[in-house]
Amino acid sequence: MIKAVMVMNTQGKPRLAKFFEYLPLEKQHELIRSVFGVLCSRPENVSNFVEAESVFGPDSRLVYKHFATLYFIFVFDSSENELAMLDLIQVLVETLDRCFKNVCELDIVFNYSKIHTILDEIIFGGQVLETRSTEIMRAVEEISKLEAASNAITLVPKSASGWLSR
Amino acid sequence: MGSQGGFYQSKEFLDLVKSIGEARSKAEEDRIVLNEIDTLKRRISEPDIPKRKMKEYIIRLVYIEMLGHDASFGYIHAVKMTHDDSLLVKRTGYLAVTLFLNEDHDLIILIVNTIQKDLKSDNYLVVCAALNAVCKLINEETIPAVLPQVVELLAHPKEAVRKKAVMALHRFYQKSPSSVSHLISNFRKRLSDNDPGVMGATLCPLFDLITQDVNSYKDLVISFVSILKQVAERRLSKAYDYHQMPAPFIQIKLLKILALLGSGDKQASENMYTVVGDIFRKCDSSSNIGNAVLYECICCVSSIYPNPKLLDSAADVISTFLKSDSHNLKYMGIDALGRLIKISPEIAEQHQLAVIDCLEDPDDTLKRKTFELLYKMTKSTNVDVIVDRMIDYMISINDNHYKTEIASRCVELAEQFAPSNQWFILTMNKVFEHAGDLVNIKVAHNLMRLIAEGFGEDDDNADSKLRSSAVESYLRILGEPNLPSVFLQVICWVLGEYGTADGMFSASDITGKLCDVAEAYSSDETVKAYAVTALMKIYAFEIAAGRKVDMLPECQSLMEELLASHSTDLQQRAYELQAVIGLDTHTVECIMPSDASCEDIEVDKDLSFLNGYIQEAIEKGAQPYIPESERSGVLNMGNFRNQDHHEPSHGLRFEAYELPKPAVQSRIPQAVPPSTEIVPVPEPMYPSEIYQTPTPSNPSNAGSTELKLRLDGVQKKWGRPTYTPETSTSTSTSQKTVNGAAQVEGASTVNSTRETYASRKPQVEISHEKQKLAASLFGGSSKPEKRPATGHKVSKASSHVVEKSHVPKSSKEVASEKTAPAQPPPDLLDLGEPTDTSTAPSLDPFTQLEGLLDTTQVASAANGATAASSSPDVMALYADTPIGIHNKDDTDLLSGLSNPSVTNVPGATAKPQITQSSGKGPNPKGSLEKDALVRQMGVNPSSQNPNLFKDLLG
Repeated sequence: MIKAVMVMNTQGKPRLAKFFEYLPLEKQHELIRSVFGVLCSRPENVSNFVEAESVFGPDSRLVYKHFATLYFIFVFDSSENELAMLDLIQVLVETLDRCFKNVCELDIVFNYSKIHTILDEIIFGGQVLETRSTEIMRAVEEISKLEAASNAITLVPKSASGWLSR
Repeated sequence: MGSQGGFYQSKEFLDLVKSIGEARSKAEEDRIVLNEIDTLKRRISEPDIPKRKMKEYIIRLVYIEMLGHDASFGYIHAVKMTHDDSLLVKRTGYLAVTLFLNEDHDLIILIVNTIQKDLKSDNYLVVCAALNAVCKLINEETIPAVLPQVVELLAHPKEAVRKKAVMALHRFYQKSPSSVSHLISNFRKRLSDNDPGVMGATLCPLFDLITQDVNSYKDLVISFVSILKQVAERRLSKAYDYHQMPAPFIQIKLLKILALLGSGDKQASENMYTVVGDIFRKCDSSSNIGNAVLYECICCVSSIYPNPKLLDSAADVISTFLKSDSHNLKYMGIDALGRLIKISPEIAEQHQLAVIDCLEDPDDTLKRKTFELLYKMTKSTNVDVIVDRMIDYMISINDNHYKTEIASRCVELAEQFAPSNQWFILTMNKVFEHAGDLVNIKVAHNLMRLIAEGFGEDDDNADSKLRSSAVESYLRILGEPNLPSVFLQVICWVLGEYGTADGMFSASDITGKLCDVAEAYSSDETVKAYAVTALMKIYAFEIAAGRKVDMLPECQSLMEELLASHSTDLQQRAYELQAVIGLDTHTVECIMPSDASCEDIEVDKDLSFLNGYIQEAIEKGAQPYIPESERSGVLNMGNFRNQDHHEPSHGLRFEAYELPKPAVQSRIPQAVPPSTEIVPVPEPMYPSEIYQTPTPSNPSNAGSTELKLRLDGVQKKWGRPTYTPETSTSTSTSQKTVNGAAQVEGASTVNSTRETYASRKPQVEISHEKQKLAASLFGGSSKPEKRPATGHKVSKASSHVVEKSHVPKSSKEVASEKTAPAQPPPDLLDLGEPTDTSTAPSLDPFTQLEGLLDTTQVASAANGATAASSSPDVMALYADTPIGIHNKDDTDLLSGLSNPSVTNVPGATAKPQITQSSGKGPNPKGSLEKDALVRQMGVNPSSQNPNLFKDLLG
C-alpha cells in the first residue's frame, strides 16, 4: 500500500502531506525533514528512487519526481511497483495541471483543500483508486458543483452574496 | 489562480500563505504561525460564526498543522463540522478530522454516529466522504458499528461508491482480519462486478488475502488469467487506457497476484504462460508505464514455475533495461536481474559490464541495488572482490543505517565464503575498524571464538598460524586512533589469549600495548576490563612458563589507578591481577591455564569437595542445611533473594547486621538430606555471612582469616556472586604504525586470489580495469552444465562470456589476464609466496567447524574445580577467580556452538610457530623489543614510529 504522499518545494517547505497510516505530528515532520534532506542531496539525472528504509522503516520505498520548484513524493511498500508509482505521480500532476491550467506551486498553496479532494480521488486508504485523470476531474468537478449548490442554499441568506461571486 | 466554485479562500488566508512563503527564516515563519494560532483561537470560539468562515478557519488549522504546529485546540470544531448538513462544510470537516485524528483519538466516538448516518445518505458524495473517513478513523472496536452499512454499500448503484466500499472493507481486513473474516467472499463476488474499476479495486484486498493464504485461491487462477487476457487484448473501453496502455495498473496488480499463485505450482503456472508471453510481446517498452508492466512480467516469470521461453523474453527485457540511459530502468533492470539469477544464474554474465557500470554510477540508489545483486551472486570464487568493494563503499558513506546493513552483509559473506583464514581475519578487521560500533556484538564474539577454535580440524599448526597472524595484525591496527570499542575488546582478548603464545612478541611488548589501550580509551570501562584481564593472562602465562615477571611502570600505575576505581568490576580485576602475580607457578597454571578458552568448565554444582568439611561440622553439632522449599514461613523470601540463601524473617531488615560469629555454625551441610521437621533457622547467622561474601573479595583481606576463606567457598555454592568476572583479554598497546593501513591492504592482497589482484592493478585504462573486475566477479559464476559451450574451465568460461558481451575488444584482454595470472604488477607487494595461502584450506569455515564438532577432544575438565580440590588452601582464596572466568569464557565463546565440549588441546600453541613474514626482512619482534625497551626507559613511543613495522611485509 501507499504509506504517504508529500509535496514540498525545493526549499523544503511542505506543501501537502498526507499519511495513510496515522503518525504523530512530530514524527510526520521529522520524516518530511529527513526526506527533504535526502532529496536535496541527490544529483540531477539520477534515478527517481531512493532507499527509504532508514527513514520509514523496513519494507518501504520512495519515489519522487521533481517539477519546477516542487518535489512530489510517494512512499509505499513492496506491494506496489516503483515505475507504476512514478506514473501515479504523473497522474496526480496531470490532473492538477488540467484543474489549474499550467499548475504551479502557488496553485497548490492556495487551493489546499482542493488538492486534498483530488488526492482522495486518486488514492483511497492507501490503495490506488483511480488513474484516469479525466475521471478524477469529473468527480472533483461534481463535488465542487454540489458543494457550491449546498452552500448557496444554506449560506446565501445569511452572508454576503459577494463571497460567492468569485 | 484557477480556484473554482467551492474552493474559495478569504484574503486573510491568502495573506497568511503569502507571508509564510516570504518568511526568510524558520523563526520568522514560526512567529507568523504563532500569531495566526492566537488569532484562530480567539475567533474560532466566538459564537455564531458563519459556516463559510468556519470552514476557512479549519482549513487554516490544517495548514498550520502541516507546517508543524499544534492545532489541537481546533479539533473539536472540525468534529462539529462533520455534523453539518451542508456538503461543503461536512466534507471540510471530514477532511480535517482525517488529517488531525488517529483512530484511537478520544474524539472519534463523537464522529462514529455521524459516519453511520452519512453512510446511509442519499447523496453519494456524502457517502463517499464518510467512507473516506471510515478508512482513516475506524479502529478495531468501532468496526462493528459501521460494518453493516459498508457491506450494504457493496451493492450501491454508483460504481464510485462500490469501489470505495470494497476498499474500506479491505482496510478493515488490514486492521483486524477477524472482524471481517465472514465477509471475504464479498471480494470474490465483486471480482465479477461489471464495472472494471470496481473489479480493479477488489484486486487490492485479494492480493493481500492471497499473500496470506495462497492455497484457498488457486481456483481463481483461471479467472485472473482470463481477466488479464481481456485487459491485455484491449477489451476494456478506451477510457481505461493510460498512455496508450490498456489499464496498466490493473495489469500490474494481476501480474503480482499471478506471481503469488503460480509460485511453485506447475499446473497453475502453465495456465499463465500464454498470457504473460502475450504481454511481453505487446508491451510498449518506450513508455514508463509499459516498462512498469514489463518489469512486473519479469517478477512474475521469476516467481512462477520456470518456462524457458518466458525466461528468454525476460532476459531480453532485462538487457534493454540495463542498456537504457535511464537510471530508473537500470535500477529496475538490476532488481529484475537479481530475481532472475535465482532461476538462471548464467544470465548475469551477459550483463557483467552493465552491472559494473551501475556499481560505479554516481547514483547511490542504483549503487545499493547493485550491491544487493552482488550479494545474491556471491560465491567462494568472487567473494574477495565483492566484499572488498562493499567495504570500500561502506567506508565512503555516512548513512549509519545502510552502513550497518552492508557491514553485516560483509560479515555474513565472509563467514560463508572465506577463501582463507587470513583473509577472513583481515576482512573482519576492516569491517570492525570502519563500522565497529555498528556491528552486532555477537559478531565480535563469533570472531573470538573462531580465532580460539581455529578452522582446521586437527591442524593445530594452521590454528596457531591463524592466531599469530591475528595477533600481528592487531598489533599493527592498534596504532590507529579511535578504534571502535567492540573491536578493541576483540583485540584485547586475542592479545591476552595468544599475544605471547608463539614467542614472537615478548610479554613486555604485549603488556605495553595493553596498557596503552587502557590509557587511550580510559573512558570505556568494558575495554579497560578486557585489557586488564588480558594483562592478567599475559602475566599468568609468564609465571606459568617460569619467567620472572617485571611489571612495566605504566602497568603499575594503571593498576594503582584501577585499584581505586569507582567501578567495582575494574577494581576486582585489578585485585585479581595483583593477587595472581604473587602466586607460584603451579597455582597460576591451575587457575590460568594457557589457551584454555575453549575448555569446558565442569561446575561441581553439589560442591562435593566440601562434603568432608560439612560432615565434620555436623558432627560438631551444626544445623544441617534445609532447602528453602522445605522451610516453613519463608516462602516469600525466595522471590527476593534469588538464590538459596534465606532469611527466616519477613521483609527487608533495616537494622545493622550482627557481627559475624564463628562461621562453623553457619555451614549448612547440603550433603545431608533435609530433615522434614520445621527447623527455625537461627536468624543472625545467615544474613551476616551472606552480606559479607558477595562484596568483591579483596584477596589480601580475605587471606587474613581462615573463617572468611571458607565462607568464600560456601558462597560460591549457595550465595549469589555479586559479579561475574569477565574473561577476556589483552591488548597490545598502541604501536604506532604509520603505514599500518597500507600493510593491511598489502596483506590482504597476498591472501586473496588472483582475481582480486587483477582488479587492484593500477588502472591503465578504465574499460580494461572494468573488464577485469567483470572477470573476477562473474568469472567463476558460469554454470557449465547449463551452457555446454562455455567449456569446463573457469577461465574459458569467462572469456567466452566476455565475447558474448557487447564490447568485443574486452575479450582478449580478459582472457589474457586470466591466462597470465601469476604475473604480479611490479608495484604491488611481494607475492612470491602465494602458495602460503593456498595451503590454507579454502573450504567453507563452517563446514570445517562442523567437522570440529565431531572430534570432541577430551576437555581437560574443570580446571577450576579440580584445582580447587587439590589445593584447597589457595583455592579457597581464589575460588572465585578461575571459575568465574571460565564460566564467562564459556558463554562468550561457546554460546553459539551446538556442542560446547569442543576444545582445543591446551598446548596447541606450543607447537611450532609459523611466522609467515619472518622470512622477510628483520623480524618484527626485534622492532617490538626495541619499542619495549624504549618504553622501559620511560619514553612513550611517539605517534610516529615508522620503522616499527616497516619490515613486516618486506
